[in-house]
Amino acid sequence: MTLPTEPLVVNIGPHHPSTHGVFRMRVTLDGENIIDAEPVIGYLHRGTEKLAEERSYTQVITLTDRLDYVASMTNNQAYVLSAEKLLGLAVPERGQYLRVIAAELQRIASHLIGAGFLLAELGGFGGTALMYAFRERERILDMFEMLCGARITVSYMRIGGVFQDAPDEFWPALRRFLDDMPAYADDLERLIFGSEITLSRIKGVGVLTAEQAINASLTGPVLRATGVEWDIRKAAPYDAYDRVDFDVPTLTEGDNFARFWVRMLEVRQSLRILEQCYRDVPGGPVRATTDMLFRPEPGDAYVPIEAPKGELGFYLVSDGSIKPYRCKVRAPSFISLTVFRDLLVGWKLADGIISLGSLDFNMGEVDR
Amino acid sequence: MSLATVGADLAQALRERFPDAVTGVTGDAVWVRPEAIAQVCAFLRQDPSHDFALLNAVTAVDRVEHFELVYHLTSLSRNATAVLKAAVPGREDPTLPTVSTVWRGALLQEREIWDLMGVRFEGHPDLRRILTWEGFDGHPLRRDYLEPPLPYIWPHGG
Repeated sequence: MTLPTEPLVVNIGPHHPSTHGVFRMRVTLDGENIIDAEPVIGYLHRGTEKLAEERSYTQVITLTDRLDYVASMTNNQAYVLSAEKLLGLAVPERGQYLRVIAAELQRIASHLIGAGFLLAELGGFGGTALMYAFRERERILDMFEMLCGARITVSYMRIGGVFQDAPDEFWPALRRFLDDMPAYADDLERLIFGSEITLSRIKGVGVLTAEQAINASLTGPVLRATGVEWDIRKAAPYDAYDRVDFDVPTLTEGDNFARFWVRMLEVRQSLRILEQCYRDVPGGPVRATTDMLFRPEPGDAYVPIEAPKGELGFYLVSDGSIKPYRCKVRAPSFISLTVFRDLLVGWKLADGIISLGSLDFNMGEVDR
Repeated sequence: MSLATVGADLAQALRERFPDAVTGVTGDAVWVRPEAIAQVCAFLRQDPSHDFALLNAVTAVDRVEHFELVYHLTSLSRNATAVLKAAVPGREDPTLPTVSTVWRGALLQEREIWDLMGVRFEGHPDLRRILTWEGFDGHPLRRDYLEPPLPYIWPHGG
């Protein structure tokens, strides 16, 4: 005998541990199956773009920390690169290398968080993986503290370079981290490959095709997990990325497993970049000599970078004053939500939560 | 990008196809009449010699006398970028066609522009507010937006 059922609308969030911040989703369920889903966002909207119009070019850097708060370094980097293009300012070579070191450490930290939470959302042994990921991230945050005194809201990068040179204790700490991290990454990978249940939960679930991903403007690991080899660090190298050797890992499956796995492969490539930077970092100044206030010529600039979550760019418009006339944030997390419905509809609620986690979005960046 | 499309070349190619659509070139940006933006974008996306498959970003700049819509495009196969701009006049009800029919990636971004700037996109399937809530008063990213004086009872969302 079949029992008649009727669709049930359930609000998940805005305060729910599986929603990565204050994110609400309105899902329509038929039993356990998702038949419709809609993201409701804006709970963390702080008007960053409006605030930037009232601050000088240097002061805006502190606002960028608070966008994607698990990857502050790359937010700083995207902003200062756009501002430097607007000003036509060159960065000393040591400053460029220090930026790459900070950005790649941040990429590892962000991917660890992404992978750790993905495993946590699978339940069961989740706590272990998440704590493994946080243990390694802690060492990266300690290194950020050495660089600039802050762990999350770093504001390390400045227009024309970085805030200050790395202190003496930074380099041995980086060396120890580079020696230890490969074994840590092995541990985290074994947690996936050692578990048949985990693999069967994430393989073949939440599949995106390359056409879907490109059409929806997805970038970063989500795009590379569908087999498209596109990395802005290769396509349009910024800072010192044209002087380091690395590969762009891609997978073709486009499912939750591929999105997780491509991040773990990127961690290995980031370690490769860091090894080369540790070896090659030149001496000299870390910051160009500039005025305290900047008055760029009227015009606009957009320099996209490869942030951990995808293409991040600041579109800056100058009217010749000391404040940006317009500062638009092209946030990868916000655009990832375009495929929210495609990923969730047709799957069970428990799978939908994992698909959501595999996008690795961050509400600070979605709502801005 | 390492191989940027020079604005003048792109403008020339567009002029041959759409004689009235291009209104000028400043730097790398090609100015397009707002009514023609969806046609031009569809052409740039589908034509194999341009192949702009990825829409990086859509944004709007409030120039007070008009709204400047800015489209950043990337061709993954040619490793080239292009910038299209369109000047939409009027502050009461500035309107131009949506490009979300060309790239789905514009869906949420155009909702955001409607919410914060008040530019309406014709043909958008779901043009609602996204970061603020339905019932919010005004478009906060406009240059002439003033925060309501306190104490202010915010309207309830739906």
